[in-house]
Amino acid sequence: MADEKPKSNLPPLTLHVPEPKFRPGDAVDYSDLDIPPAGAQVRPDINTAPQDMRDMVYDMIRVLDDDHKAVGPWDPKLNDEILIKMLRTMVQVRTFDDRLHRQQRQGKTSFYMKCTGEEATSVGTAMALHGDDMCFPSYRQQGILFVRGYPMIEMVNQIFSNKADKLKGRQLPIMYSSRELNFFTVSGNLTTQYPQAVGWAMASASKGDSRIAAVWCGEGSTAEGDFHAAMTFAAVYNAPVIMNVVNNQWAISSFSGFAGAERTTFAARGVGYGIAALRVDGNDPLAVYAATSWAAERARTNQGPTLIEHFTYRAEAHSTSDDPTAYRSAQEREEWPLGDPIMRLKRHLIQRGVWSVEQQEQLDAECLKAVKEAVIEAAKNGILGHGLHQPFETMFQDVFEEMPWHLKEQAAQANKEREIKWPS
Amino acid sequence: MAVMNMIEAINSGLETMMQRDENVVIMGEDVGYFGGVFRATAGLQEKFGKTRCFDTPISECGIIGAAVGMCAYGLRPVPEIQFADYIYPGMDQLISEAARLRYRSAGEFTAPMTVRSPVGGGIFGGQTHSQSPEAMFTHVSGLKTVIPSTPYDAKGLLIASIEDNDPVLFLEPKRIYNGPFTGYYDNPVSPWSKFAESEVPEGHYTVPLGKAKIVREGDAVTILAYGTMVHVAKAVVEEHDINAEVIDLRTLVPLDIETIEESVKKTGRCMIVHEATRTSGFGAELSALVQERCFYHLEAPIERVTGFDTPYPHSLEWAYFPGPVRIGEALEKIVGDLKS
Ligand SMILES: Cc1ncc(C[n+]2csc(CCOP(=O)(O)OP(=O)(O)O)c2C)c(N)n1
Ligand SMILES: [Mg+2]
Repeated sequence: MADEKPKSNLPPLTLHVPEPKFRPGDAVDYSDLDIPPAGAQVRPDINTAPQDMRDMVYDMIRVLDDDHKAVGPWDPKLNDEILIKMLRTMVQVRTFDDRLHRQQRQGKTSFYMKCTGEEATSVGTAMALHGDDMCFPSYRQQGILFVRGYPMIEMVNQIFSNKADKLKGRQLPIMYSSRELNFFTVSGNLTTQYPQAVGWAMASASKGDSRIAAVWCGEGSTAEGDFHAAMTFAAVYNAPVIMNVVNNQWAISSFSGFAGAERTTFAARGVGYGIAALRVDGNDPLAVYAATSWAAERARTNQGPTLIEHFTYRAEAHSTSDDPTAYRSAQEREEWPLGDPIMRLKRHLIQRGVWSVEQQEQLDAECLKAVKEAVIEAAKNGILGHGLHQPFETMFQDVFEEMPWHLKEQAAQANKEREIKWPS
Repeated sequence: MAVMNMIEAINSGLETMMQRDENVVIMGEDVGYFGGVFRATAGLQEKFGKTRCFDTPISECGIIGAAVGMCAYGLRPVPEIQFADYIYPGMDQLISEAARLRYRSAGEFTAPMTVRSPVGGGIFGGQTHSQSPEAMFTHVSGLKTVIPSTPYDAKGLLIASIEDNDPVLFLEPKRIYNGPFTGYYDNPVSPWSKFAESEVPEGHYTVPLGKAKIVREGDAVTILAYGTMVHVAKAVVEEHDINAEVIDLRTLVPLDIETIEESVKKTGRCMIVHEATRTSGFGAELSALVQERCFYHLEAPIERVTGFDTPYPHSLEWAYFPGPVRIGEALEKIVGDLKS
């Protein structure tokens, strides 16, 4: 019975509830965070068996060192042109996020989510994949669309939920979809994309295809059963899939300890499933690129899945509905020991002698101009809540391939209500 | 008495029960230090400590499964699912386990848990922050389903739910957390403080489960509603100047069939309003019951006013919502002959 006293002289049991190290107002000290020097990690041969590379899951792949040089065996040795493209894409993502966040604040849409500080984890990964590899993103991988050349105006149309929105105003802002660019429709329900990516990869393998799948979720989302189902399927069928965990330390107000980070790394999840796993400095775009290339080559050569933990930091609020000052110390961001991915790549390019502060200023200005133009153009198609919506009958389309009688009746009802509300 | 909005009333209900019964524990995503994304658990961790009110991993299956285990031990957990749209990963634990524990163990094990979760649209939340999935739960034997529509009822029903020895799904219409809603979305929200139902006793009281409330007496037609739609229906009735009787069901299972029967027999007409999708919605059950029990008293076909059978759209949210026009039309249809 619950109220009986313990029978032995052992001290009573206690319930452990994780607690983050810092709360609002606390001084932040990251000295016990184990960050290995750049270039010190071995790069296993791509056909290394998972059990022979377990150390990787407790290490951290880093390429850019404190002098902004690319060092060690993981240096992907990218040429200047690709590096500049990477920088440009990350800057465009950040500028877009800032601008569209502001649109939400001005009441032009209902919701927005930034990926500030985490740009490398989608831009670096997508650049290391082939354009026809299938991506199963969470809501924070807008960077993939920028890499693949999705027009910004389409993104803004979706965010404004306007009459030109390709998703017909149905989805919450930023829940994009692009079959053309092999970008799976984003779900609001966490981690559902994980087993789906594995299934896509199994299909590709069973058809003797050459394309692989990649999937992303946050560290908090690894707690969902879907994550573990995906890991089991990926292991059992040796699926050609790259499973990215973006460990940005926070899941809304819950720190990574509520997904198990007090005990081990997220990469270490791979060990129990016998899946090759890497842990990467997620704010080092070159390390992210290199790890993805390694995993992609492995998947493409029938050597199965790889789990990659990207160790990064959610620099801003979870979404426009969130206020992180209520639960975490503002100093966390300022002191984050892995810096900022854009700054790091910029400094690397300057150090290489192929980039300058002036060029960076010009790039920032170009990116801002491009997003401003996209916003102006998209706004001509309407903003949320100000008429200019999709026709009412679109609400009833795509529930099924063919509209059954009951939806036809309901569509007629909706149109009738429209006439009553807004007589023409 | 204190003046509370619905969130404050729920918070007060939780606090009251945590104070009275040390077996009451609260858990869920972001409910601990932060106090919940809608602030319903604000201050409770600070007051009762981390082992009484705590954050959980993002696993609805884990949350409800762990609650079942805590019940088996003898606790009375009150898990929160952040949005009802996210309850699906926990369905197996809820339907196959919590709801049937008593039956399959012949009463040896029970699941006196109350799963709280916000439901409904009206906040431009898109298809994964707007659903009203109550009928999925009323279809399950062994689960009780409660949906309050005022701060007073929210606290009283929540306390009754927590004290109940069976699993209760306590669904909170998020659109009316801050104030009742007339269905005119472009009008500013009038805060609860302007309404008498925001007068909430500070201590313990209950509003019994299984007891509906007649929120407006009338003899022209009986309107059955719950949650947000109680307020919308009432506003429309007044706008159309129809002497309708509006019943707030408050509990869907077990249902207060007596109040419904008595009212429909009096008015001879019945209209059902819910925000959830129409097909196999709870309105279908209500319609069948009224037809079975009041057939010889009915003077017009039963009307159902509901959301459409589509996912909740983002930009067309207000075209989807069963607002004043849809309700008004049905009302004219069902009582039109009385007017002429
Ligand atoms: C099944 C489900 N449960 C809960 C939520 C609510 N929710 C949305 S985002 C989020 C936090 C996710 O954190 P993480 O996985 O770390 O990703 P991040 O936001 O940090 O990128 C939660 C709890 C949801 N969308 N789906
Ligand atoms: Mg996170």
